[in-house]
Amino acid sequence: MMIDPLSVFLVLLGAATPILFAALGELVAERAGVLNLGVEGMMITGALAGFAAAYASGNPFLGFATAAVAGAAISLLFAALTQVFLSNQVASGLALTLFGLGLAAMLGKPFEGVRAPVMPAGPLRINWIVWLGLVMVPAIWWFLNRTRRGLILRAVGENHDAAHALGYNVRLTRLAAIAFGGAMAGIGGAFISIATVLQWTEGMTAGAGWIALAIVVFSNWTAPGVLAGAWLFGGVTVLQLRLQAAGVAVPVQLLSMAPYLATIIVLVAMSARQKFSRRAGGAAPGSLGTNFHALR
Amino acid sequence: MTADVFRATGIGKSYPGVRANDDVSFSVAPGEIHALLGENGAGKSTLVKMIYGLVRPDQGQMFLSGAPHAPHDPRAARAAGVAMVFQHFSLFDALTVAENVALGMENPPPRRELSARIAQVSRDFGLPLNPARRVVTLSAGERQRVEIIRCLLQDPRLLIMDEPTSVLTPQEAELLFATLRKLAGQGTAILYISHKLDEIRGHCDRATILRHGRVVDSCDPRAHSARELAAMMVGGTMRQIDRSGRQAGEVMLEVAGLSLPAPTREGTALKDVTLTLRAGEILGIGGVAGNGQEELLAALSGEARSAPGRILLEGRDLSASGPDARRRAGLLAAPEDRLGHAAVPDFSLTENTLLTAGPRKGLVRRGMIDHRGARRFAEEVIAAFDVRTPGPGTAAKALSGGNLQKFVIGREVMQAPRVLIVNQPTWGVDAGAAAAVRQSLLDLARQGAGVIVISQDLDELLELSDRFSALNEGRLSPPVPTEGLTLDRIGLMLGGAHGMEEARI
Repeated sequence: MMIDPLSVFLVLLGAATPILFAALGELVAERAGVLNLGVEGMMITGALAGFAAAYASGNPFLGFATAAVAGAAISLLFAALTQVFLSNQVASGLALTLFGLGLAAMLGKPFEGVRAPVMPAGPLRINWIVWLGLVMVPAIWWFLNRTRRGLILRAVGENHDAAHALGYNVRLTRLAAIAFGGAMAGIGGAFISIATVLQWTEGMTAGAGWIALAIVVFSNWTAPGVLAGAWLFGGVTVLQLRLQAAGVAVPVQLLSMAPYLATIIVLVAMSARQKFSRRAGGAAPGSLGTNFHALR
Repeated sequence: MTADVFRATGIGKSYPGVRANDDVSFSVAPGEIHALLGENGAGKSTLVKMIYGLVRPDQGQMFLSGAPHAPHDPRAARAAGVAMVFQHFSLFDALTVAENVALGMENPPPRRELSARIAQVSRDFGLPLNPARRVVTLSAGERQRVEIIRCLLQDPRLLIMDEPTSVLTPQEAELLFATLRKLAGQGTAILYISHKLDEIRGHCDRATILRHGRVVDSCDPRAHSARELAAMMVGGTMRQIDRSGRQAGEVMLEVAGLSLPAPTREGTALKDVTLTLRAGEILGIGGVAGNGQEELLAALSGEARSAPGRILLEGRDLSASGPDARRRAGLLAAPEDRLGHAAVPDFSLTENTLLTAGPRKGLVRRGMIDHRGARRFAEEVIAAFDVRTPGPGTAAKALSGGNLQKFVIGREVMQAPRVLIVNQPTWGVDAGAAAAVRQSLLDLARQGAGVIVISQDLDELLELSDRFSALNEGRLSPPVPTEGLTLDRIGLMLGGAHGMEEARI
């Protein structure tokens, strides 16, 4: 049995991309203090909208653009609930996931069984969207840590009362962060339907949104950490597929479980360590998951 | 008349059911340190929030250096030359000093230049600060330095300080006043909010006194006694605290060599804490926040258990007992954080009563709650401590800070404890309620209980306690009699200000 490391890495890049996008988007939202558990719902929305647009126009890139818009649009539903009507973020996020899954299943019926247009390969025969994801990692890091807007976003996530007292618009900052998270999740979902599976199937995101959420925590809320987490999950996914193909004498169920298991184990180990090093590096934003209500 | 830096005429602001400010007029001259005096709820905070653009007035006009001043948000106010240091720090724990400063500025320079300027200003004013430090690692005094430097970098014409010394040691407060003097010397007008009268008498040039949202008086605070100022604030004479009629009796509580590791990374370890408390005695424990006050209270209340033989109540070893067992034995405690620690915000007062008074007042029988009894006890506490609330069914979070504080202290005092430990019993409470709480602690001691008061308000400790100990990095100093103790001496006992001795001596 031979598993070529380079080819595994190239496939890994693809396998990690949907989670990378979704987790980067959620990272920005969480740094702004918003816990959006609707990642799965936004991903599946993007997967369907992107696939439909790509199929109808024959242009996969138009598909990704549509997926971003659709993801942002459905995330604004969550934004309206939590930022305007101040409803609970956990409940609203879960509702968004259920709503997205149901809506996509219903609207996706006409697109079952058709194939997506073929994507032209990018540099080094690596998909353009994979490249885009890789570029987003330093871009988001730079935005968060080096720009004024990024600093304000982190301030809003860290202590919304203080940010408000200093005159920053907490609600607007969070709306923008949520919409960005939605667009990123949409692109991540579309990558599965347009670039990986090449067709639409109900529930095809298969929990990737939840893994993305876990990875944000595991990353300690940093962009490079998100990349590491996405690669870990993608790597184990590819590896177990290869092992399955190679016919290793391990039950298939165990192998299929491996990526999730590995992610959870690393997550728990990291959390246990972070419990004591909290605040040493960038840990959970102080206002994460709490709603802000200004008294005028 | 010289051109005022700031002038307000006829300012009014209403909230539903409350007239927060009514026809307020006053002015601040260049280089003046102007005190805004008043009880909690007198409208001081609303007034300065309007100047800083956080709240908009319903009526009246404000002028900054003669030009109309009507900021629609804090950024506009900052651009106009108003800077503010908040009572509850408006800092971001996870961010660095430089990032925090940048957030308070309109057009911050690039990072390196900003760090250099922070270093320079902190040298000029003798406020040492490292721009790269994370705020979470700073002491209260250092945090305030961040806020002040953030203001100084904007060259404000008017600097507003909202109760800035409530968390500082006397030395740190002195340093703050030296800084303010220097600033005033450069022509900056300073609006200073406080209810510490001695501080205002010592350092302010003029005082405007607010009561129920109106300006009731304006005076030179140096020409009046603290008693007269207090009378202006509350609109009547203050009741003198009665310390009489107490005698030290039997040893009630003995703590010997109590050491506990820090409960969290930011917490403080208790190191070899030893104390003896007699019946009828009040022991004051002072110290800057974060030096082990919460940990000590937790260790005494039973939230944290300790090794056998460390905590003895009337000779009984309670070291391994939990809070309920200790309550039954007569050791009660009221923690600092009234909303969330001492009381459950969404529970009614009756339900909150049950949480600590259950075992001692027999409000739980065979696992069933005696609702009628709990309600009766809550009503007793409300009546005895003059808690202003519609009734015992009101949620704890609906009470004002002062009223809730009276309730949580009253709830423990009314259980007739053998020993009561309180942490910050009058934090953020207006003068009238504070006096009532303090008197109740004295009365409790007179009835033969031992009382430990942990507080950062040194005046309070001097007023109440018979002996004083300082808590410094989890170590408790041997007690000294309060009689004849000066604030200077206490400051030294508290270990001075963090990292400030070199700068001063």
